[in-house]
Amino acid sequence: MNFSQRRSFAADKPIDALVRFEDVKKSYDGVNFVVKDLNLDVRRGEFLTMLGPSGSGKTTTLMMLGGFERPTLGRILLDGRPVERLPPEKRNIGFVFQNYALFPHMTVAENVAFPLRYRGISGPAAAAKVREALGRVSLDTLGDRRPSQLSGGQQQRVALARALVFEPSLVLMDEPLGALDKQLRERMQIEIKQLQTSLGITMVYVTHDQSEALTMSDRIAVFHDGRIQQLADPETLYNEPANRFVASFIGENNTLSCTLMGREGDLGIVRMADGSTFKAGSSSTSGTGAEFSLSVRPESIALAGSGAGTDVNRMTGTVRDVFFLGDHMRLSLEALGGQLVTARIPARRVGPFAPGDAVTLECNVRDCRLLEA
Amino acid sequence: MWLPSYATPSERLLRTLVVMLAVAVLLFLIAPLFIIVPLSFSKDPFFTLPVREYSLRWYEDFFGNARWMTAIFNSAVAAVATTILATTLGTLAALGISRPDFPARRLVMALLISPMIVPIVIVAVGSYLFFGQFGLTNTRTGLVLAHTALATPFVVITVTAMLSTYDTNLTRAALSLGAPPTAAFFRVTLPNIMPGVVSGAIFAFATSFDEVVVALFMTAAEQRTLPVQMFSGIRDQINPTIMAAATLLLALSIILFFALAMLTRRRAR
Repeated sequence: MNFSQRRSFAADKPIDALVRFEDVKKSYDGVNFVVKDLNLDVRRGEFLTMLGPSGSGKTTTLMMLGGFERPTLGRILLDGRPVERLPPEKRNIGFVFQNYALFPHMTVAENVAFPLRYRGISGPAAAAKVREALGRVSLDTLGDRRPSQLSGGQQQRVALARALVFEPSLVLMDEPLGALDKQLRERMQIEIKQLQTSLGITMVYVTHDQSEALTMSDRIAVFHDGRIQQLADPETLYNEPANRFVASFIGENNTLSCTLMGREGDLGIVRMADGSTFKAGSSSTSGTGAEFSLSVRPESIALAGSGAGTDVNRMTGTVRDVFFLGDHMRLSLEALGGQLVTARIPARRVGPFAPGDAVTLECNVRDCRLLEA
Repeated sequence: MWLPSYATPSERLLRTLVVMLAVAVLLFLIAPLFIIVPLSFSKDPFFTLPVREYSLRWYEDFFGNARWMTAIFNSAVAAVATTILATTLGTLAALGISRPDFPARRLVMALLISPMIVPIVIVAVGSYLFFGQFGLTNTRTGLVLAHTALATPFVVITVTAMLSTYDTNLTRAALSLGAPPTAAFFRVTLPNIMPGVVSGAIFAFATSFDEVVVALFMTAAEQRTLPVQMFSGIRDQINPTIMAAATLLLALSIILFFALAMLTRRRAR
């Protein structure tokens, strides 16, 4: 079937897409596009994170979905209806802002009751809903306080309660945990995720914190330069990055230059900068002679002979630095023609290394991937 | 403020001179008070200092005189009407000009505050000639319109300053929660910029209540405001009742000043 022709008819959209971006472009000045050709489906009930560095277009995308910015070109479908021209107050989307945006002149309960007023809910019915919403975020007793009398974490919960109290099917969050300290942030990540699962709501979450994205998301869209670089579940994203940007943005990665020499099943055979031959997983269809980056995670590299398997790439080099980090050691090795390779090695296996020592490391070919250079 | 114990004699001398100069300047600024306030309580029908005998007769005269009462009434009506108009217009202008996509912001801002910069006599003559064509001279409406032009810049400035610290996400949050734009403005934006709006309103009130030049041009006897009445009183007959009126105006200014100061303190908290 000719999908590109048919997809503009709302009736044909798959039933599980609550939000669909179709060829959305956004430019503020008419010259530079902050969002370029965005096509993205958000499935009903999923936790989707838009992850990327600042200026990657993720927040602009969220603002367009919330109704605060209009796409320059393209369509946004919400539940099958085009909403590009629908003002925010008519979208029925919960929005949690970076700085919470609680109304300082109202009490916590009044803040949470605010959206109910515009949905014809008042009196005891509204009070009951407010109580329930505050109960969900364990703030039942603080309804009479002003936002300024609450801690950052509590304010965050109020913002969450306010965005959930009117039972929207979609909730958007713009870096909601950015202002909290690390411990509280981790606790809130779990709480938000649990709320999302138990209430069955669809959440679109924007962050630049990759560990936050990995912890909470069903799927992650990695944004860079106005485009989605990869859209995948956390595991796939981590283990099979689609390109160099994703590989370097998600977790730590060694990217080593190499040239494709041939293929062996789904493995590519490459020549490294020092002339040695490596094998690595590859989904590329480029021909022999093409330049690639071989990407391998530091934790996938081990000391030679420590059981990485039989099908291994091996490199020998000089130790540049060693750092003891409690549960593991970080080893920087100068190898493969002067490139720096970082390895994370369980601490108990490491001998007394010193800078200048010659060491041989190895990694399973399945843990190495070829990325377009 | 005070010098440390190890200051040298020359440093001490210099500091003493600076303090004395500062005190002298402050005294100079409020010197008229030392003349006007005592004179208003003097029993003598002439301006003589020091005051020999105190009395409230000029205040009695002031409150018993229909001319002064009409003037106060006229001033109050004009000032209240000006405050309402200027605050509404100024707030709306500030909201518009504070939008990030507002074109030619500096130019529009300069135009908006130009009544503060243009010499007051020029504004007065201009208003007189312009409003004359519409038959608005010697009417209260004309006076209020001219005063509104003078008072609006104060509101624009105070509200713009307030908006520069206002978190626009609050308005966005209100919209996202389902409030229509007008409701979002009245229930969220306005309460949060209220201190700026109220300071602007106080300035607008004071501008109109104290204003004499434009009022001289724009009013006839029936619309005569308090400052105009004082001015013509000085010309026609020297009478200490003017001093009583001046002291009352002064008291009002001090009250307004304190209202502003308290507002600023509450905002800082």
